[in-house]
Amino acid sequence: MSDIATRVKKIIVDKLGVEEAEVTNEASFTNDLGADSLDTVELIMEFEKEFNISIPDEQAETITTVGQAVAYLEEHAKV
Amino acid sequence: MQLKRVVVTGIGALTPIGNNLQEYWNALINGVSGADFITQFDASKFKTRFACELKNFDPLNYLDRKEVKRIDRFTQTAIISSDQAVIDAGINKDNVNVDRVGVVFASGIGGLITFQEEVVNFAKGDGTPRFNPFFIPKMILDIAAGHISMRHGFRGPNFAVVSACASSTNAIMDAFNLIRLGKADIILTGGAESVISEAGVGGFNAMKALSERNDDPKTASRPYDKERDGFVMGEGSGVLVVEELEHALRRGAKIYCEIAGCGATADAHHITAPHPEGLGAKNVMNVALEDAGMKPGDIDYINTHGTSTPLGDIAEVKAIMDVFGEQAFKVNISSTKSMTGHCLGAAGVVEAIACIQSVVHDIVPPTINHFTDDPELDSRLNFTFDKAQQRTVRAALSNTFGFGGHNACVIVKKYEA
Repeated sequence: MSDIATRVKKIIVDKLGVEEAEVTNEASFTNDLGADSLDTVELIMEFEKEFNISIPDEQAETITTVGQAVAYLEEHAKV
Repeated sequence: MQLKRVVVTGIGALTPIGNNLQEYWNALINGVSGADFITQFDASKFKTRFACELKNFDPLNYLDRKEVKRIDRFTQTAIISSDQAVIDAGINKDNVNVDRVGVVFASGIGGLITFQEEVVNFAKGDGTPRFNPFFIPKMILDIAAGHISMRHGFRGPNFAVVSACASSTNAIMDAFNLIRLGKADIILTGGAESVISEAGVGGFNAMKALSERNDDPKTASRPYDKERDGFVMGEGSGVLVVEELEHALRRGAKIYCEIAGCGATADAHHITAPHPEGLGAKNVMNVALEDAGMKPGDIDYINTHGTSTPLGDIAEVKAIMDVFGEQAFKVNISSTKSMTGHCLGAAGVVEAIACIQSVVHDIVPPTINHFTDDPELDSRLNFTFDKAQQRTVRAALSNTFGFGGHNACVIVKKYEA
């Protein structure tokens, strides 16, 4: 697992209070990990903070699974 | 329309001197002080470095990690004490009509700690707004009532009540009125407060409202002592399950007491100072007695607002002398804030619980920390100094007053069929 993927999953475990094993690439934040709309906003904010970037709202709306988040951040992260 | 009778059938308490009803009552009648040095933040530069904090309180013992992060401390205490009260009352969503079970819940300030954290966080940044999406729903004062209803599935009337340090007495009054008017079968009511933070302590310090007795925190809350120098901030939560009498009898509920009457008035005088003659306080006791259909001679115990401030204690006692006349020398008076500190928006319910237990057990909890008589107070008054006193307590009256000049009073009495 890439360094970015590890950090992304750590944030998800922390914010959503889920088990690490549940945080698979295919897992959907809302359908599989119990996130509501406020949780997903918080996750995006945490990603921005952790990776020192700003994720535009229209991009954020397309990030709905763990794998999509990792892919987006691997492409855009500045760290 | 015949008003219905209202009884208390469940109690929850999370206080600086006990984390449930039994612990709280034992501490009250044994004269335990809840004051100590502040642990929740570094208070070394503050004029007041002590408070009555909750002890051995870990929200993770009651709530999961995700809940703890998205729920402010005041709401955490509200949820925990309401769980206790619901269990004590033996109610759940399957044995009551959930559409007729409400939550009327108070706080004086709400999520000040959350507000402080979020604003400090923003101020440290470069101006880019990065507010947490849970900021507002975590901070707002009414969210405690919302969380309690969600946790238990109670769908009746649901709202918050605010009148600063009178808040939870006003909440009890609203709950009492809803039930006696037949608008609900059961209401969970009470209040919660937790503002022992830089903003909370700093704000009250700036008003010179807090005791600064840093060399002896445990004796700092000393209502009616000549050397009193301000209140000691407390925190916590209390919950009453108030229920329509026939409903309680039908389900065989344990009945602690009956709520006899309530009152609410304003000083219309000053934002923070009490009326010097205790006018609003006098009126509120008269209104409550009239509502209860009682005379001063029917009251055996007055749990005062008695915050340990120089002006407030005097004004309230003047009001008691006016309302009770000669009877003032026959009642027991005490300020349990000498032990719990001033739990602000939760004070009313925490003290109503002291009154209820007093009526149940025929014991009056003391005013601790008495060292020097105040010559301005009539020495014939019985302030129940230092030791609990046993006596028959047919009825007890609880006063609470809030910044803004709000006064609220509730009277509880022994339940008789």
